[in-house]
Amino acid sequence: MAETTTHENHYVAKDFKSDQEVRWCPGCGDHGILSSLQKALAELDIPKEKYVFVSGIGCSSRLPYYMNTYGFHGIHGRAAPIATGIKIANPDLMVWMMTGDGDALAIGGNHFIHTIRRNIDIKIILFNNEIYGLTKGQYSPTSKKGLVTKTSPYGTIEESFKIGELTIGASGRFFARTVDYNLQLSNEVYKEAALFSGTAMVEVIQNCVIFNDGAHDLITNKETRDDNTLVLRHGEPMIFGKNRDKGITLENLKLKVIKFGENGYTEKDALVHDAHEPNPGIHYRLAGMHLPEYPVSLGVIRSIKDHTYDEAMRDQHVRVQEASKIKSVDELLNSGATWKK
Amino acid sequence: MEKRFKVIEKDDVVIRFSGDSGDGMQLTGTLFSTTSALFGNDISTFPDYPSEIRAPQGTVGGVSGFQVHIGHKQVNTPGDYADVLVAMNPAAVRANARYLAKGSTIIYDSDSFTEKQILRAGYNSDPFIEDKLDGMHLIAAPITTLVKEALKDSELDPKSILRTKNMFALGMVYWLFDSKLNYTEDFIEEKFGKKPLIAEANSKVLRAGYYYAETIQAIAPSYRVSPAKIEKGTYRNINGNQATSWGLLAAAEKAGLKLFIGSYPITPATGILEELALRKDLGAKSLQAEDEIAGICSAIGASFAGSLAVTSTSGPGFALKSEALNLAVMTELPLVVINVQRGGPSTGLPTKTEQADLWQALYGRNGESPVVVMAAGTPSDCFHYAFRAAKIALEYMTPVVLLTDSYLANGSEPWKIPSMSDMPSIKVPWAEKTETEYLPYDRDPVKHSRKWAVPGMEGLEHRIGGLEKTIRGSVSYTPENHEYMVKMREEKVEAVVAEVPDLKVAGDKSGDLLVIGWGSSHGHIVTAVTELQEEGYKVSAVNFNYIRPLPKNTAQVFRGFKKLVVCELNLGQFANYLRIKHQKFTYHQYNKVQGLPFTVREIKDYCIKLLEEK
Repeated sequence: MAETTTHENHYVAKDFKSDQEVRWCPGCGDHGILSSLQKALAELDIPKEKYVFVSGIGCSSRLPYYMNTYGFHGIHGRAAPIATGIKIANPDLMVWMMTGDGDALAIGGNHFIHTIRRNIDIKIILFNNEIYGLTKGQYSPTSKKGLVTKTSPYGTIEESFKIGELTIGASGRFFARTVDYNLQLSNEVYKEAALFSGTAMVEVIQNCVIFNDGAHDLITNKETRDDNTLVLRHGEPMIFGKNRDKGITLENLKLKVIKFGENGYTEKDALVHDAHEPNPGIHYRLAGMHLPEYPVSLGVIRSIKDHTYDEAMRDQHVRVQEASKIKSVDELLNSGATWKK
Repeated sequence: MEKRFKVIEKDDVVIRFSGDSGDGMQLTGTLFSTTSALFGNDISTFPDYPSEIRAPQGTVGGVSGFQVHIGHKQVNTPGDYADVLVAMNPAAVRANARYLAKGSTIIYDSDSFTEKQILRAGYNSDPFIEDKLDGMHLIAAPITTLVKEALKDSELDPKSILRTKNMFALGMVYWLFDSKLNYTEDFIEEKFGKKPLIAEANSKVLRAGYYYAETIQAIAPSYRVSPAKIEKGTYRNINGNQATSWGLLAAAEKAGLKLFIGSYPITPATGILEELALRKDLGAKSLQAEDEIAGICSAIGASFAGSLAVTSTSGPGFALKSEALNLAVMTELPLVVINVQRGGPSTGLPTKTEQADLWQALYGRNGESPVVVMAAGTPSDCFHYAFRAAKIALEYMTPVVLLTDSYLANGSEPWKIPSMSDMPSIKVPWAEKTETEYLPYDRDPVKHSRKWAVPGMEGLEHRIGGLEKTIRGSVSYTPENHEYMVKMREEKVEAVVAEVPDLKVAGDKSGDLLVIGWGSSHGHIVTAVTELQEEGYKVSAVNFNYIRPLPKNTAQVFRGFKKLVVCELNLGQFANYLRIKHQKFTYHQYNKVQGLPFTVREIKDYCIKLLEEK
């Protein structure tokens, strides 16, 4: 890997591009995710050899091949435990996990919740296109109820997973959402995830141009997106809309969309986002907002500091090593009841 | 000095402690074994218990047993038949009646031989008459009554008082064998130190049992087994799971790596995860994963990141790990997978022993999927084979499956403690940054192993995974490349034969019959064959610890014998494997699939039958 940069880490996005040809379909949202990720990493001052990109199976999971870092393309659904093993083995590494809605939430659903629960320091980027792409168009756990696909020719009859609610329900400390085409917001979110200590879960609303094109149209097309999305930033009021004339407030323990100037509401009635509030109640509601009643929330919705699994393991090792009389295998073998012949 | 009416000097004695699964029989057996080992006897133990934590009381299905064989000379098995049975209830008599030696002694709690309990155990009348045991030395001890009497001044609650019954029985057995109580008393002190009432009660009841046996000494013979003459050195007792865990720790220390274990609890393998979770003092990292698949996948991740990575399981869990095991085959990462076999298929017999996962280890994956397969032979040599498995995995960059089983995992024996300075070195094939590009699948010309570059090493960034790759690590579906890589992975595993020691024949190198075993049937086969040799038969034995690849001299050894018989606890998996690998020979089979180890008697009878056939 000849094209290494000098170690003052003045990286540019190109430093993170591998020599492999990118094989996603033209027009796929994955291209945008890859380039905003490469740009975000270049802006961080972290040596390239410390990154490990781990993935499972699916279109999203090909991403590690395109990053000029250490990479591990695993098996279906198992990126999370592979990433967990890497992080435990060497906590100095920056471990990123690339996954999709099928990989993370169907076959890998069990690993997904347990990884989040442990709060091990891994960044998870979940490409949510609400469809199975690599197997050519079957419904996924996040497909909207009623979606017609090859395996649901009469429409699905299953409720879909809501990734934000699932993450927060599994004790998630960090949840953010971005959209594939929005490079600026994605850049911000990826950098916040990178600097967060703990399991950082980022949902990327991603368009599959072949099998589910336009599934997110209301929140991606220029005409409607500003009225249908709310970008959350810590410390800023929850204001949205093309004319920035709408906001979110709390009434009768429920979130409510208000229009400034109507029914006496003003900008002052909009809630101010506190991403660091440990109580998950408000974050759960914000993450769960959906059309048509609410705008879809984007940005960092929840980010709370907590002990990570890897830190706790290190602390426990230090404690046990200080207290134990056994310092070598020889001492272990000769400990306890022994006798001489 | 107490006087003893009749003391029998014996070379070896088999004792079996038996009761309800909550009666504390495993602890009682373990304490007796350690006491005997400390005295200098050779020992071999065999715990035999149901999978239910508290199976229905008083039923045969709920009986928990612990058998220990103590000897003045070397003992290789826990023994076929018990010379002394401690039976805490009628069900324990029923369950063990057919495993008693002629003229054996039965110590039983006569208080528990009520009509109700007798019926519950499946008897209609006197158990000893019904099972034709009335000729044995029967020692009826009203243990329940005597324990209550001994602790009448104790402030303990009635339930806790009854829980000390096992110590009374143990005390009686100690008197019978003229053993010292100090190890057990120290153990009680340490275990219940924070609960002085319980500690005091257990000690008191232990002594009460001992003195009671002395008082009634006229009834039965007592035994004396002199210390065994064994090699000089420092010894300890060790069971298979502990030895396996320690062998892995030794390999990590020798290789200069951190040990990582990712596992999910499963009987009878859990002891390995538990043991290594304790060893944070030696830097071992353990993850109790959310399932079996996460266990092996976390180990693969840890291996990619440069640890000596291990996952431990038993048959059903091994099945779940097979897809991920293939990922380690494809990525050519070092990985040790330990399968502590139990009775199968499916959930099968969780606490019982069997050797029926051999084909699963050899063949149970999609595609051409070669792995090294090894099997430990005795509880203590699990240390050696775990160390060797790790050494081969690291030096050849390959997954290694180590097969042990329930019998080895829970059985224990004295073990001469090795010194780490005598253990072989382990040379990890690290990649180094050079002028030329790092090629992940470039190979050593002899071992065919690839070089190991781990995240954090500057300039060696690369990507690997489950898709077929070229030498450069690029994804490739080119027909010729795939065939080349398939063959290289195969040749690499075959090259491990350089690490495999030649088979050692127990007995003459030629004769009428060679008894072939693998893994844990070692002890029973060697004992049977040694006895047959003493009886004048031209019989020898070999035991395989390396299954894939097989030792180089396999065919040469086989050629020395007129007949070959493969003894294994399955329907013939190793015999059929040999039929593929060494087709010239005719293999007889002796198989048993009862969830139990062989008995020496069974093997001898079969061998004699085979020798007498034309």
